[in-house]
Amino acid sequence: MISLLIEIREGQIKDITYEMLTLAHKLAAAQKQEITSIILSDNCQQYADTIKQYSHKIICVEDPLLANFNTQVYLPVLSNIINDTKPNLFLIASSGFGTDLAPYLAASLNLPLITDIFDLELNPDNMLARRSMYGGKINADIISKSLPAIATVRVGSFEKILASNLLIPNLSAEITKLPFLIDPSILEMSKFIEYGEVPTTGIDITKSDILIAVGRGIKEQKNLAAVEKFAQDIGGTLACTRPIIDAGWLPKDRQVGSSGKTVKPKLYIALGISGAFQHISGMKSSENIIAVNKDPEAPIFSVAHYGVVGDLLKILPLLANRINALKG
Amino acid sequence: MDIIVCMKMVPDTSETEVRVDSTNKDILKVRLIYTTNEADNYALETALLLKEKLGGTVTLISVGPQKVDEVLRMGLAKGADRAIRLTDELFDKGDAWTTAKALAQAISQNKYDLVLSGCIASDDGYSQIGPTLAALLKIPSAAYVNKVEVLDNTKLRIDRELEGGILERKEISLPALLTIQTGTNTPRYASIIGIKRAGAKPLDVFDAAKLNLDAQALAGLTELDKMYMPKVESKAQFIQGSDDEISDKLATLVKEKAGL
Ligand SMILES: Cc1cc2nc3c(=O)[nH]c(=O)nc-3n(C[C@H](O)[C@H](O)[C@H](O)COP(=O)(O)OP(=O)(O)OC[C@H]3O[C@@H](n4cnc5c(N)ncnc54)[C@H](O)[C@@H]3O)c2cc1C
Ligand SMILES: Nc1ncnc2c1ncn2[C@@H]1O[C@H](COP(=O)(O)O)[C@@H](O)[C@H]1O
Repeated sequence: MISLLIEIREGQIKDITYEMLTLAHKLAAAQKQEITSIILSDNCQQYADTIKQYSHKIICVEDPLLANFNTQVYLPVLSNIINDTKPNLFLIASSGFGTDLAPYLAASLNLPLITDIFDLELNPDNMLARRSMYGGKINADIISKSLPAIATVRVGSFEKILASNLLIPNLSAEITKLPFLIDPSILEMSKFIEYGEVPTTGIDITKSDILIAVGRGIKEQKNLAAVEKFAQDIGGTLACTRPIIDAGWLPKDRQVGSSGKTVKPKLYIALGISGAFQHISGMKSSENIIAVNKDPEAPIFSVAHYGVVGDLLKILPLLANRINALKG
Repeated sequence: MDIIVCMKMVPDTSETEVRVDSTNKDILKVRLIYTTNEADNYALETALLLKEKLGGTVTLISVGPQKVDEVLRMGLAKGADRAIRLTDELFDKGDAWTTAKALAQAISQNKYDLVLSGCIASDDGYSQIGPTLAALLKIPSAAYVNKVEVLDNTKLRIDRELEGGILERKEISLPALLTIQTGTNTPRYASIIGIKRAGAKPLDVFDAAKLNLDAQALAGLTELDKMYMPKVESKAQFIQGSDDEISDKLATLVKEKAGL
């Protein structure tokens, strides 16, 4: 059996759920396994209805205390389910929720965990998972020494089940409701309060047709002025990678990527950006991507349409002059 | 408040080529510069800020070879009180679980209110050791924390970062473990006086035997099969020539695509 934890945030099933279902079906077909989807929520039925066509079984645990994600509350519930059902493989999203939960759950149950996988093979007595290391510069195959094993699945690694061309059986899962039994003192340990949003300065980079994005390759804060000027000259908006935000050089609403904004401009110019997965996931759908990087092997070139291998600090001023001349 | 901070030494590979070595189980380590894992600098700063406000102690802990003393001494120079290094061949052979077990065993011999780690190591990128350690210590944990407020001696209010710039605000009781996200604060530099004082601060070294851990207890649950270079399916059309020629071509391209 292959089990997966449905990811729900603020009443919505997150897309990664449908990606995990694709992976589960791929593995299930090869291994003749059944798929069990697990829903923890204050109101399971609506979610069960949406996914029952993709699952052989659904296990629901329903309680107002499960309205929001909480590792400490999920832990006893999922531990019981895993102990009772002994799935070969348990899939969890490699998300803000999943990365909080999965290592804790795996360690509590003494089960092998492989995090942030983008591909996986299930064998009779182990799993082999592919993931990246060194910021995407190296890939690694990792094997769990035993089953059951847990894997967290990188967002964007698989098609959503509807979009995938997998031939999936016509399913209508039987739904099992399990009681919610936890020791209330757990809630004293860890309590959800609310969701918040990062403050904005009024700039919305998702609305701009042209984005000039800078990464660490810009080297110093003072070099940003020239990029800002260039952006103005071509009617674009300045955006950036996370380290530029972390350094306090630009406000948070300029950040592109998984923990920032997802953008789709007509033109995205990436200056001194390595192209880490978390960045690429926020900009890869841009219509035209031009990347300037001094490292010919930078992963950004895997999504760029046009590439320049060179020093942005030399090229930018030359380019800015040419543009102004052309605009004349 | 007594705080323990997990610090990892990592090779800085952001601007260098990374190649797999002949064993296919590691990268070529020649010519790499080693530094403190980025997120761990923010974890240490979080600890130092709490200590300045509330008093107490900051203890650093790292699993690794003697070389990691550089990271630990730097942390001591910034204001930590003492450091623990865990060094043993058995620690190197395992996986994230092994590292977490070594850390848990050493940490459980100390008095602590809070354990901090980075949210992710830049080399392996597991994002696993913090919450694993919390489970072993049987204390609650929260990952990707970017704000810590002390409510009283028993509780913290924290913000966790989720996808798309959304924060999850929660309360967590002490003792607890938090994994700290980059950008949470502004890590300080060590002062000259700090660096001078650091040499005199205690740095204890433990091996597996001293921690009562044997090969069986430290056996990993996963195994690295192999490392390899990712296939970069580059569809990029490269613009070549001198900087001047590149700029000419690039200007034409930008003008067209930007619709100027
Ligand atoms: C949970 C989580 C969420 C994250 N979310 C995001 C996110 O939303 N957005 C994001 O961007 N990152 C995010 N990150 C961080 C991400 O993993 C990378 O660390 C980050 O994207 C790297 O930024 P960078 O490309 O600017 O820096 P680096 O990776 O350091 O790359 C700098 C690049 O500049 C090049 N360079 C240097 N000098 C020059 C020069 N003179 N001319 C030309 N090129 C030069 C180098 O070759 C290198 O490729 C997240 C990380 C985590 C753990
Ligand atoms: N060898 C180690 N020694 C001490 N702390 C570590 C070690 N490896 C990982 N950590 C801590 O765990 C965090 C997450 O690492 P990882 O789970 O490998 O991504 C790091 O930021 C460190 O704080």
